[in-house]
Amino acid sequence: MLTAQNVSVARAGVMVLVGVSFHLTAGRALILRGPNGAGKTTLLRAVAGLQPLAGGSLNGGEDDIAYGAHSDGVKPTLTVAENLTFWAQIYGTHLTAPAMAAMQMETLANRRAGQLSAGQKRRLGLARILVTGRKIWVLDEPTVSLDAASVALFGAAVQAHLAAGGAALIATHIDLGFAAGVLDITPFRADAHAPVLSGQFDEAFL
Amino acid sequence: MSIWEYANPKKFMETSALLLPWLTGLSAALLGAGLFWGYFLTPDAAKFGSTIKIIYLHVPAAMMAISAWMMMLVASLIWLIRRHHVSALAAKAAAPIGLTFTLIGLVTGAIWGQPMWGTWWAWDPRLTSFLILTLFYFGYIALWQAIEDPDTAADLTAVLCLVGSVFAFLSRYAVLFWNQGLHQGASLSMDKQENVSDVYWFPLLVCIAGFVLLFVTLVLLRTRTEIRARRMAALLSRERLA
Amino acid sequence: MRALLLRDLRLAFRAGGGFGLSLAFFLMVAVIVPLGVGPAPATLALIAAGVLWVGALLAALLSLDRIFALDYEDGSLDLLATSPLPLGGVVAMKALAHWLTTGLPLVAASPILAVLLNLPTQGYVWLLVSLAIGTPALSIIGAFGASLTVGLKRGGLLLGLLVLPLYIPTLIFGAEVVKSGAEGASIGTPLAALAAITAGAWAGLPLAAAMAIRANLR
Repeated sequence: MLTAQNVSVARAGVMVLVGVSFHLTAGRALILRGPNGAGKTTLLRAVAGLQPLAGGSLNGGEDDIAYGAHSDGVKPTLTVAENLTFWAQIYGTHLTAPAMAAMQMETLANRRAGQLSAGQKRRLGLARILVTGRKIWVLDEPTVSLDAASVALFGAAVQAHLAAGGAALIATHIDLGFAAGVLDITPFRADAHAPVLSGQFDEAFL
Repeated sequence: MSIWEYANPKKFMETSALLLPWLTGLSAALLGAGLFWGYFLTPDAAKFGSTIKIIYLHVPAAMMAISAWMMMLVASLIWLIRRHHVSALAAKAAAPIGLTFTLIGLVTGAIWGQPMWGTWWAWDPRLTSFLILTLFYFGYIALWQAIEDPDTAADLTAVLCLVGSVFAFLSRYAVLFWNQGLHQGASLSMDKQENVSDVYWFPLLVCIAGFVLLFVTLVLLRTRTEIRARRMAALLSRERLA
Repeated sequence: MRALLLRDLRLAFRAGGGFGLSLAFFLMVAVIVPLGVGPAPATLALIAAGVLWVGALLAALLSLDRIFALDYEDGSLDLLATSPLPLGGVVAMKALAHWLTTGLPLVAASPILAVLLNLPTQGYVWLLVSLAIGTPALSIIGAFGASLTVGLKRGGLLLGLLVLPLYIPTLIFGAEVVKSGAEGASIGTPLAALAAITAGAWAGLPLAAAMAIRANLR
């Protein structure tokens, strides 16, 4: 579904990762690992199309990706249901109810998002991913501020998504409780001897 | 051999290093000669007296103020389309020079206007357009300074330069319209070919050529500085990674 | 697209949405200026058109940073940029929501403020017309400016510096329509120019703003 070949990414003109390749197939999840600052977020943003690649190529997935960032894009003055319905309309789906059920948010449906706890807000953010109906989930640290029960809930949602023929690329440090491929990006970190790419980024000035 | 070769920072540095001494010497010679000719070897004008002589600064500065913005526009387009870093840096380098020329034009205009029309400032269409151009320069320079990431800054300022050019153009016509009929008395503009006799015209041409070369010299010099600064930043960030 | 427009309107009307702030500011300008200039009706009549247009300009400017800043801070802008909506459309919808919540109330309130400023009677209809045609341009030009400064922590002052020069043609033609209209002179040319600026700005600037937002999100 999604193939990355020799992908390099840069942040603020500095190469971060060089030569990352992976292949994401239907029904499979790939977990990105690596220490803080290794470039997980940058790589995910590039996959989501928010950042240009500094090298290599990405194939597939153009209109299949749902991207979930650190911040959930939740509007505090809208209710939970309003927040989700908005994104369902943007993506042209009617999945608000099943998404709320999957994240066990039905009882909170008419609560203002601003009154939710951090964990509940995060669950709302994850329900937003469900609402998109997209095949490939690209998630950046989805389990931050979730308790054990909610992590299990999220794990189950991912598994259901995979079972339905979806795929997921997830940057996380914890065990999500299901089998998944692991891609450690540490070896791809750009160092001082990274290959110089002509005409791209600050390397042109070295 | 293509002109785009000079978009490579290294190539640009080499070439500009060769050109700079010549350009500096030539612009100094032309400016010196033109100004000397204009100030000491021409007679006072019947209508303007000795104040006419300020045109040797006023007219070339005003012309270059507009040309500098045009050059920034072209450089911005090249950056947006071909993404040559030197182009973006040249646009950045040209802005303060253009602003300086604009201010020289405004100040010399005021100094000239005082004895001629009895006022330092009038909301004449031409003056107003120039003042507006100053505002555009301010905005452009401020945006460059506000954004940390150099590529993002280059993108945003280039888009601003494009949109700004359209609106600066619109403003010019809006201002012409705005002052119609209100202020027809003294026209501050002067048609060079018709109103200026050859005695003043030729030294003026030399001064204009001098200003053009001065602009090119300063832009090259400042672009070199910008390239060095970028190079240093790149080396520092590489250092941090190592 | 409609969903985005409705969401932005809803957000503007909910608590903390800032609806009415720029309207109140517009009122302030109309009150402050006579206090500074003096109450002579003839003087006020002379400057009424200009003051009202400048007031509209400043009132629009005041609320510009809300267009994208909040969405940028809470991550919505990232998510909108990766959504199926074209980013230029997102910009246009947000600018439209901005106009509906700030520009339109301003247009509606302007005749009342014109009374305070002693605008000649023939000018009222042209005040309404010029503001109705011109304020949408203020919103989309402002949205473009906001897209340039969206990544900045304290972009407010810079935003003013960038946007006000871009407002100049709109201001000149808009005020000219009211002035000429109040004097009973012909208003064809400035009105056409004003409409052309609004149309051109709405056609071109969403794309430029989308480019700027992409650069800022990078």
